[in-house]
Amino acid sequence: MTKPVSGGLARRMLLATAATIALSPAGAMAQDELNALVWCDHTDPALVEPFEKANNVKVNLKEYEGTGAAISIIEQSRPGDWDVLVIDAVDVPRAIDMEILGEMPADKLPLGDLFPEVRMDATTTRDGKVYAVTEKFGYNTISYDKTKVDPADMEDLSVMWSDKYKGRIALYDYYLPMVGLTGVAIGKKTADLKQDDLPAIKEKLFEMKKVSRQVSDVVASQTALATGEVDIVVGGGEWLTAGLSAEKPNLDWTIPKQGALRWAQSIGVFKNSEKQDLALKFVQYIVSPEGQARLATSSCYWAMPSNAKAGEHLTDQQKTALRWDKQPEYLKNSQLYPVADADMDAAMQDVWTEMLQQ
Amino acid sequence: MTATALERAERRKAWAFALPGLLWTALFFLVPFAYMVAISFWTRQGREIVATWTLDNYVAFFAKAHFFKGLMVSLEITATVTVISVLLAYPLAWIIAERVPKKWQRFALVMAILPFWTSYVVRSYSWLLVLSKGGVVNQALLSIGIIAEPLELSANRTGTVIGFVHFFVMLLTLTIYANLIQLSPNYRRAAADLGANAFQTFWHVVLPLTLPGIMVGAFLTFVLCIGDYITPQILGGNNELVLPQVIMLQLGRRADFPMAAALSLVLMVVVTLAYIACARWLKMERT
Repeated sequence: MTKPVSGGLARRMLLATAATIALSPAGAMAQDELNALVWCDHTDPALVEPFEKANNVKVNLKEYEGTGAAISIIEQSRPGDWDVLVIDAVDVPRAIDMEILGEMPADKLPLGDLFPEVRMDATTTRDGKVYAVTEKFGYNTISYDKTKVDPADMEDLSVMWSDKYKGRIALYDYYLPMVGLTGVAIGKKTADLKQDDLPAIKEKLFEMKKVSRQVSDVVASQTALATGEVDIVVGGGEWLTAGLSAEKPNLDWTIPKQGALRWAQSIGVFKNSEKQDLALKFVQYIVSPEGQARLATSSCYWAMPSNAKAGEHLTDQQKTALRWDKQPEYLKNSQLYPVADADMDAAMQDVWTEMLQQ
Repeated sequence: MTATALERAERRKAWAFALPGLLWTALFFLVPFAYMVAISFWTRQGREIVATWTLDNYVAFFAKAHFFKGLMVSLEITATVTVISVLLAYPLAWIIAERVPKKWQRFALVMAILPFWTSYVVRSYSWLLVLSKGGVVNQALLSIGIIAEPLELSANRTGTVIGFVHFFVMLLTLTIYANLIQLSPNYRRAAADLGANAFQTFWHVVLPLTLPGIMVGAFLTFVLCIGDYITPQILGGNNELVLPQVIMLQLGRRADFPMAAALSLVLMVVVTLAYIACARWLKMERT
């Protein structure tokens, strides 16, 4: 007998503990509390506290890593437990399909102020209804120590599988942008990636692994670059170096001639939230120019605000670190993450795991 | 009351005492374990977990090289760590038990267990500061001119093994020390009376009698080492995956609970086999 159990007993039991912990702040469910499932940049008090004070609410934030983890948490929760969701922009259609996001009134969001390339109507809206709004974006590209490598070399991705910087490279440990970036490097468009392209990408990934020193997450990559353990991080971008720009001016990033990947994250309101108005207010705050400037320079990681008006609230030093003026050029030379169905996603993860095991 | 009735009453009392423990074990071990076994025969198809009752996950474990290699890497690292830890821990335990004055032994033991007071993650990151290219060891060796280029002590298996050995040497020292201090001095006196020199006494008397302590410590080292993924993640630089890391990838990135359950069961089977081997050996030693 074949019985689908997704979202049911299986994960409910296995993740019971995690869900209990995750939901504990929501226990009281007071009217003045908001529960948000977010990435770490939203947990910066400098971002959240102004909203809390202005609206006399307590925002309970639960961090997660990766859409898979978020979906697991949501499936273990009761409808109404969560009010706000931050999610990879390319995964918004998945969330809409799962019917977890509610519609937001377009006229109450500053959609016209967003950089046009990151509005991403194709993913954040459906049938003319807005389900999410892009709140932050950036690039998976090359970060480096300009005092230790030749910046001209960093303009060509193919140097990453040569021996020139052998043992001085860290690879960012996230299969999706890395598979996409490698695809871009060999001339594939991320939007057209198919399983047939994976053998060629795998070969290049294996070559990159051979010359790299480590494969590491955000914190470990940043630490390795900052301490001189490595001189280059493939897959890094402004999110890796911009926050360190004041104390580590030797760190820099670039978009090579082949291009880079562009990531974007979106924010939306849960369909079953019992605090729709408050949740929408939070979304409005996050995408407002002030909220955007704070989110862009959050202590967890820096990246570009989606709202072009946020520039008025950023200092010159912050703008320089974010390469504010170069955005038109960078946006043009970057592609979105691959959007994969379940089989393609599994195949990409297999390739990545194989690469790690080399 | 007859003898039989007394026996029955005693049995009931024994059950009454044992029942809470049995219930606890059933509720928090047997039921979740049975559920995990069941899940390991299901599959993740697309975005759904489907109760298909298939061996697919176990077949995948052998068919996909990166899964099987995870087990091999785990076994290689665990065996290396266990052997090195035993070789280092035995002399340390012997020095504490035999050479350190009694009044200082407690202090020596506190020093041995001190690393357990800090977080496992913190210790691994601390080792990274020691072993990395710009770490204490490399800086010291470079400054005195012993090496011209930094040694590759981290982001590889060497780093992982050093981190593990630091942790488990202390554990093994404690188990071996506990065995050594229980050893009656009369054995050594008897061996000396029979003409054995110090090495012969150690080799033929002390070492065999302390082997149970070594085996228990080695088994604990094996179990803890093979199940850990933090140290390989931090000190190994993600350059080769141990099986627990592969399991974490299934959970954290794929939400593939069936595959993770199957891999976890493989890990449990390996640990069980190690336990059986250890238990059989100890039993044989006693008979």
